[in-house]
Amino acid sequence: MTHLIVNGELRTVSSDPDTPLLYVLRDELELNGAKFGCGLGQCGACTVLIDGQPVFSCLTPLLLLEGREVRTLEGLGTLENPGPVQAAFIAEQAAQCGYCIAGMIMRTQALLERSPNPDDDEIRGALEPQLCRCGTHMRIIRAVKHAARSLSAAAEATK
Amino acid sequence: MTIKRIVTTAFILACGAGSAALIYAWQPALPPIAPPSPTGFDASEVRYGADLALIGDCRTCHTAPGGRTFAGGLAMPTPFGTIYSTNITPDARTGIGQWSLEAFTRAMREGVDREGRHLYPAFPYDHFSLTTDVDMKALYAFLMTRDPIVAEAPANDLPFPINVRLVLAGWKLLFFHPARYTTDPTHDDIWNRGRYLVEGLAHCGACHTPRNFMGAETRSEDYAGGEVEGWSAFPLGRLSPAPIPWTEDALNHYLREGWQAHHGVALGPMRPVVENLAEAPAQDVAAMAHYLASLGATAGPSVQIPTVSPDASGQRPQSAGWQAAISTPAAGGPIGRAIFSAACASCHLSERPLPLGGVDLALSTSLSASTPQNLLDIVLNGVPASDGNPALIMPGFAGSMTNATLASLLTFLRVEVAGKSAWPDLPAAVAAARKAASPPIHVRATR
Repeated sequence: MTHLIVNGELRTVSSDPDTPLLYVLRDELELNGAKFGCGLGQCGACTVLIDGQPVFSCLTPLLLLEGREVRTLEGLGTLENPGPVQAAFIAEQAAQCGYCIAGMIMRTQALLERSPNPDDDEIRGALEPQLCRCGTHMRIIRAVKHAARSLSAAAEATK
Repeated sequence: MTIKRIVTTAFILACGAGSAALIYAWQPALPPIAPPSPTGFDASEVRYGADLALIGDCRTCHTAPGGRTFAGGLAMPTPFGTIYSTNITPDARTGIGQWSLEAFTRAMREGVDREGRHLYPAFPYDHFSLTTDVDMKALYAFLMTRDPIVAEAPANDLPFPINVRLVLAGWKLLFFHPARYTTDPTHDDIWNRGRYLVEGLAHCGACHTPRNFMGAETRSEDYAGGEVEGWSAFPLGRLSPAPIPWTEDALNHYLREGWQAHHGVALGPMRPVVENLAEAPAQDVAAMAHYLASLGATAGPSVQIPTVSPDASGQRPQSAGWQAAISTPAAGGPIGRAIFSAACASCHLSERPLPLGGVDLALSTSLSASTPQNLLDIVLNGVPASDGNPALIMPGFAGSMTNATLASLLTFLRVEVAGKSAWPDLPAAVAAARKAASPPIHVRATR
């Protein structure tokens, strides 16, 4: 048994310790936000946050995660009430086929938590590990900036 | 009266010594010239200069991240402070547009700029002084035909007294022995060409030779290995820690392609070097490999040499180390091996050859080296994609591995895979590498 804090809730999972987190999330916890893309840590579709850091969940065995905090797309908002980064991606229509978007959003979340007002170069640098084959890159960059503005406005409002 | 005389004498002597030092240290400014017309140079000379500039890695240091090529401004961290590379485009005001060939040659050979200021040895004039007149003229022709770019280099960030350039005259007196290349008649032309490039423009020793406390290369320890920007520059020749001795063919392949299946992948500060050499003339890189091979090699392989050709497609080479590593109780505890199986094996035991699969870690110099520095850099940060260049990639594991699990993995790799005794002080090395790798994290509530 492995204990994880998934999106703020303590979860006890029974998958083998060498199971990649991606399969634990999708098969055991039925959280399907993270996608299987390449299985080699090269495409980014499976990106989730571990203790706030973006990682490829396809290459992260459960045995590394006892007691650690996992955040997935489902932790950022719901269909009815999307979080600021999700809402920004919807507003900018950043998804085409959408397969890469869960990973894009998670890495964007990590970027904005670290650096609230990134410029183009910083966004491109941060999202470099995420591949999109549809070619919506310009919309994705707009969505990241949109999310940065929403988050700054929200932070300002709560001051 | 007597005391007054002693003081006066001491003062006069001090003034004399100071003046002598100043006269020694003082270098005249050379007259500025009008920037030469780019059409005034011979095209084949420019072409040859471009090749030499690649071998000399000029663009690697004289280009800032995201900046224009040769416009300078790259921050170079040194143990003494940060030095910024200068603009070597022919812009008259901020570059070298007003430099004559004589001024350019003096900078390359004596480390003195056109205005007469001593240059810091981060600019490797201790190697460049070997360059011949013909090659100097070609390099000058190449640089003076680049687009002039207006770019002021940021001021160096150095403490007193190192920030006083006259001090460099003393450094040069102690450590700088300029000399032209002299052909060694006991060796053939290819060897001499290789030696001329390796010891001169390519300045391999700038990283691969250890430096003393004053930042000068320790001549008695040529190619004994150095440290640069948080990476080990491995020892070359007889002192190489490679499990399989380097051959001339292997060196040539590595320098040209940036990887070699029996040794590993060029990473860190070596990566731009191989990117430059990939574009340089093949015969020059071959000559460098020929000379480097003549530095000697370790006596014999410490692991079984894979029987499959390293460059053939299909079955990737396997070594005996793996069979032992996977089948017996492991150092680093069971977790080290389990991490390897779950996180690393999908590429590193994929049976796909380089550059498609991962390096055979049993053969990797990062595992057999005397420090875990490079392996830590690689596991934490991965091998990022390189803009516009075909290159190997690897994801980093800084986010998923704690220091303790990382140490278990490295102990497994070091002891069970490389077959070496565990690195001393591994936890301290892990913590230091983590500190260097981690970006500042400012977590704030977003929901």
